[in-house]
Amino acid sequence: MRRAIQRRQDDESALADSDEPIEAAEESGQLTPWDRVRIARHPERPHSLDYINELMTGFIELHGDRRYGDDPAIVGGIARFRDRTIIVIGHQKGADTRENIKRNFGMVKPEGYRKAERLMKHAEKFGIPVVTFIDTPGAEPGIGSEERGQGTAIAESLLTMASLKTPVVAVIIGEGGSGGALAIGMADRILMLENAVYAVASPEACAAILWKDAGKAPQAAETMRITAPDLLEFGIIDQIVAETSPAHEDPQAAIASVGATVDRALDDLMTVVDQPSGLDRLMEFRYEKFRRIGEWTEAEPVSVS
Amino acid sequence: MRSILHRGEKFQPLPTDDGRLDQQMPGGLWHKCVKCAELIYTKELVNNLRVCPKCGHHARLRARERILQIVDHESFLEWDRLIQPADPLHFEDGSGSYSEKIHSTQTRSGETEALITGTALIAGRPIALAVSDFDFLGASMGSVFGEKLTRAIERCAEIGTPLLTINASGGARMHEGLFSLMQMAKTVAAFARLGEARVPHISLLADPCYGGVTASYATVADIIIAEPGALIGFAGPRVIEQITKQKLPEGFQTAEFLLSHGMIDLIVERPDLKARLVELLDHYARVHQVDRGESIPWQPTLVPVAGPNGASADGTSSVPNRVSAMGASS
Repeated sequence: MRRAIQRRQDDESALADSDEPIEAAEESGQLTPWDRVRIARHPERPHSLDYINELMTGFIELHGDRRYGDDPAIVGGIARFRDRTIIVIGHQKGADTRENIKRNFGMVKPEGYRKAERLMKHAEKFGIPVVTFIDTPGAEPGIGSEERGQGTAIAESLLTMASLKTPVVAVIIGEGGSGGALAIGMADRILMLENAVYAVASPEACAAILWKDAGKAPQAAETMRITAPDLLEFGIIDQIVAETSPAHEDPQAAIASVGATVDRALDDLMTVVDQPSGLDRLMEFRYEKFRRIGEWTEAEPVSVS
Repeated sequence: MRSILHRGEKFQPLPTDDGRLDQQMPGGLWHKCVKCAELIYTKELVNNLRVCPKCGHHARLRARERILQIVDHESFLEWDRLIQPADPLHFEDGSGSYSEKIHSTQTRSGETEALITGTALIAGRPIALAVSDFDFLGASMGSVFGEKLTRAIERCAEIGTPLLTINASGGARMHEGLFSLMQMAKTVAAFARLGEARVPHISLLADPCYGGVTASYATVADIIIAEPGALIGFAGPRVIEQITKQKLPEGFQTAEFLLSHGMIDLIVERPDLKARLVELLDHYARVHQVDRGESIPWQPTLVPVAGPNGASADGTSSVPNRVSAMGASS
């Protein structure tokens, strides 16, 4: 834990030292993927509760997984968004070190994923759409998390999302850290803020494993293709939510853009659902959405007689 | 349609291009157990399914050797071997491009990808298999892995054949970025459909099984079996140690640890695996036949029941009749 905090402080101070190059890069429109990683992790970037509090009314937080505990690294509850009741779930990072310790830097434990899963099933029961906000360095690596089945918790959340009979919209608002992000991200519409990143592993971890040098993280970030434009090109996300200036500089603008985009996505999905056999079609669309992802070549079979 | 297995040799691994299996056996005759350091006559070890006769350590197996250990002689038909990895990110790391890495791995391992899928008989019972090969880039799950597995799941849902996945993997393949991560969603979605079709998925977790495979299809099976001593988890032990600065408890992330924490159904020793699979398959076959009065395509066929070593009961090695739907797509 101490190391994680230290690392975070290092990040923050590194960022404070070098905000200038980011600004220069922004002005020239030349943000590198590594710049975006740093923006996505910026402590002042709006986090899930900022979106919930700004965009929704009557939010009632629902705690706990009814199995083991309540994980503050993930928040969820029922709320009013525009003219709809929704279930909202999000990773929650802290804005400062104290809150980050409480929130475990947004690194979720099995009980957090089980809380999310139970809230999704709750949404399904009442036919309420689900909105998720993704912002995590990854699922928590820890002894207790392993004892309580971290892998199983993520897998079961995916299984639930795969056949959840209600629309789901996911927004990557900051850091989309691997399986810990995907666990609440298997949605009908996947939206992503312009400066958010979404990766199979952190650039530091990738660099440490493949370059044997975590310092090569900027190169790793480049080749991993983790930015919103990359992922839109790959057909993995559906839409980019523009940040006219990075969200930590103008949080209100980013939050408003996210609100408008989520609203339209929910409109689209509810239009599908409201038609005859709408839920069946939604399930079919969701299956096909993930079914088609992947790139490979396939030779014609040689006839063997 | 052809069998990829060697004829007339039980449990004989396929040779690979660089004779890697031989490298594990100094001089080819003797093998040193990685756990107890006992020197074992290689032939004895192979006959013992690569379980150390002294300490019981279950050595890692190549995918094809695993398949050979459990399926009936010459019954395995491979699916989708012609799917090849692409390089959608044009990924390059410190040691070169992903394309080059794939090429050299294919040459060295003799496999096209880290997952082998197909259908076979186990003591006469039809089953589909998806077996990961840890020697192929740590059996990491990328697009091809996910696609082959998904096709296998979809076929099983269609024809009602139970699916056995054998999972030893380092997780999602970094070289394919988010395409790899999304294979977790894709395969789990396919398994959700297999579940709706009430077709059993049995997952065997083998050493080592981590990351995106543990956090997706491998742990949402109907039956989860692990091999004794296998290391299974989400985060790797070194990562946990580095981040938490805590000493890991004795036996952390072993199959026995998972069993005692309620995460898996049972641990099965390798020599007992085939018999336990047959028992399980027969239980589910009976559920359908007796309780629901349904006839299903994977009920035991009229094929001669194989003996424990894969030879058929009457000593012949006749190729069994196949369910036509299974062979059609190979």
